[in-house]
Amino acid sequence: MQDLGISILFKGINFQRLMGGLWVTLRLALITIGLSCLFGLLFGVLMLSKKRVAKVFCRVWLEIVRFMPQLVLLYLVYFGFARLFGWDLDGETSAVMVFTFWGTAEMGDLIRGALTSIPLHQTESAAALGLKKGQVYLYVLIPQTLRRYVLIPQTLRRLLPQAINLSTRIIKTTALVKMINVTEVLKVGQQIIGQFYRQPDAAFWVYFVIFLLYFLVCWPFSLLAKQLEKRWA
Amino acid sequence: MADTILRVNGIHKSFDGTGVLRGVSLEIREGEVVVIVGPSGCGKSTLLRCINGLETIDKGEIYLRDEKISGRTKDLHLVRQKIGMVFQSYDLFPHMKVMDNLLLGPTKALGKQKQEMEREALSMLERVGLKEKAHVFPRTLSGGQKQRVALVRAMLMHPEILLLDEITAALDPEMVSEVLNVVIDLARGGMTMAIVTHEMRFAEAVADRVLFLEEGVVLEEGTPEKFFHAPTTERARRFLQSFTYASKRDKAEVQPKNNLED
Ligand SMILES: Nc1ncnc2c1ncn2[C@@H]1O[C@H](COP(=O)(O)OP(=O)(O)OP(=O)(O)O)[C@@H](O)[C@H]1O
Ligand SMILES: [Mg+2]
Repeated sequence: MQDLGISILFKGINFQRLMGGLWVTLRLALITIGLSCLFGLLFGVLMLSKKRVAKVFCRVWLEIVRFMPQLVLLYLVYFGFARLFGWDLDGETSAVMVFTFWGTAEMGDLIRGALTSIPLHQTESAAALGLKKGQVYLYVLIPQTLRRYVLIPQTLRRLLPQAINLSTRIIKTTALVKMINVTEVLKVGQQIIGQFYRQPDAAFWVYFVIFLLYFLVCWPFSLLAKQLEKRWA
Repeated sequence: MADTILRVNGIHKSFDGTGVLRGVSLEIREGEVVVIVGPSGCGKSTLLRCINGLETIDKGEIYLRDEKISGRTKDLHLVRQKIGMVFQSYDLFPHMKVMDNLLLGPTKALGKQKQEMEREALSMLERVGLKEKAHVFPRTLSGGQKQRVALVRAMLMHPEILLLDEITAALDPEMVSEVLNVVIDLARGGMTMAIVTHEMRFAEAVADRVLFLEEGVVLEEGTPEKFFHAPTTERARRFLQSFTYASKRDKAEVQPKNNLED
C-alpha cells in the first residue's frame, strides 16, 4: 500500500530536517536584516553627503543593486571571490554579504527619506552650538529619525510598512542561496523529494509545506506592520 | 576702550543673483549690545547667519577678535563654539530633556565634564526661573519657556558673542516680556550681543547702538536716543512710524528695572 505523499514528511527525521532548513533561512534573513539596518543607517547619512566621492560611491552601489540579479552577485562572491582573492567563503557568509549589500541600499534610502524630513533648523541649531557634522548626525538627527519611526504617525505610516516589506522580501530571497550550496529550507525539501522519487506526489506535498512555512514566517511580519500602524495612527 | 569682538567688513551676499547684503560693515566691542532693525526682507537674518557661517559670504571679511572667520570651511565648528545663536523658531532638540539640550554643546562640542556643567546649567535655569523644568521634554514647555531654555543653552557655551534673531517673533504677546527680560539681564551682565528684533521699546531699552538695515545696506547707525527720537533718513522715520501705530496694540511689557529672580 502506498502512503499518502504528505506522510513522507514525518518519516524518520524529515520534519526535523525541514525545520533545520527553515532555521537556516531565518538565521540568514535575520542577520541580513540586522546588518542592513545598521549599515543602512550609515548609508542613508552618506547619501546626504555633499562630497563628490561619497556621491559617486553611493551612486555606483545603488546602480549595481538595481541592475544586477541577486543570483549573479551570489555566484560572483561565492565562486568568483574565492578564486580571485583566494577567500574561502562558505555559502552562508557569501549570502549574508550579498543580501546585506542589497538591504543596505534599500534601508539607506528609507533612512535618507526620514532624515530629510527633519526640519532644517534642527541641523542649523545643532551646528550653531559648535558640534561637528558627525556629532550633529549622531546626537541630533539620527536619534530623531529613529524616534520618528516609533513616535510620529505620518512618518511611521510611510516607513514601517516599507521596512517590513523589505524584511519579508529578504526572507523570500534567501531561497536563492540553495544555488551556492547552503542547505536552507528549499534545499532540504529537494533532498527529501529526491529521497522519495518513487512517490509521485512527494514533490507537491513537500513544496506545499514549504509554501506554508514561508507563509507562517512572513505573515506575522505583515500582521505586526498592521498592528503598529493601527496603534500609532 | 574695550576690545573689538566682532568686525564685519563690507560683506556681500546674494541669493540667485539678488543682492541681499550689499556691503555691510559692523563692529561690536566687548560688552556692547547692537540692535539691528529694518523692514522685513532687508537682510537681517542673512547678516546673522553669515556671521556664524550658516551662509557663506560672496565678498568681504568677518573677524572674531583678530581671527578671520569668513571663508573657513574646515574648522567652522570651532568658530561657532564661540558664537552663540538663538533663532526665531523653537529650536530645542525635541528628543532630549531640557537638561540634555543644555549639556549637549558643553559636553560634546567643548568636551567639558558633565557633572560640573550640570551644576552650572541648573543655576542658569534658576536665573531664568525654570529650575523645575530641567527634566521635562521641550514639548511640555510654553513658547516663552522654550526660548528662555534656548538662551541658556547658548550661554552655557560661554560664547564671545550672542546672536539673537527675532527670538520673540513667534511668541504669544504675553510671553514676550519674560524672554526679553532675560536678554536685558544678560546685557546688564556684560554679554556682547547682536540682536535682531521688531520690539522697538525693547530695542531702545537694551541697545548701546542701533543699526538700521534697508535692502542690504546700513542706512543709519547710532545711539538708540538718536535713532529712535531723531532719525536722519526718511526711510528710518517711516519705518519707525509703522511701529508707533503698532505699539498701541502691543501688550508686551518690558520692564528694564524688573529683577528676574522674582
Ligand atoms: N536661502 C535663501 N535662498 C534664497 N533667498 C533667500 C534665502 N534666504 C533669504 N533669502 C532672501 O533674502 C532676503 C533677505 O532675507 P532675510 O531673511 O535676511 O530678511 P530679514 O531681514 O531677516 O527679514 P524678516 O524681518 O522677515 O526676518 C529675502 O528677500 C529672502 O527672500
Ligand atoms: Mg529674519
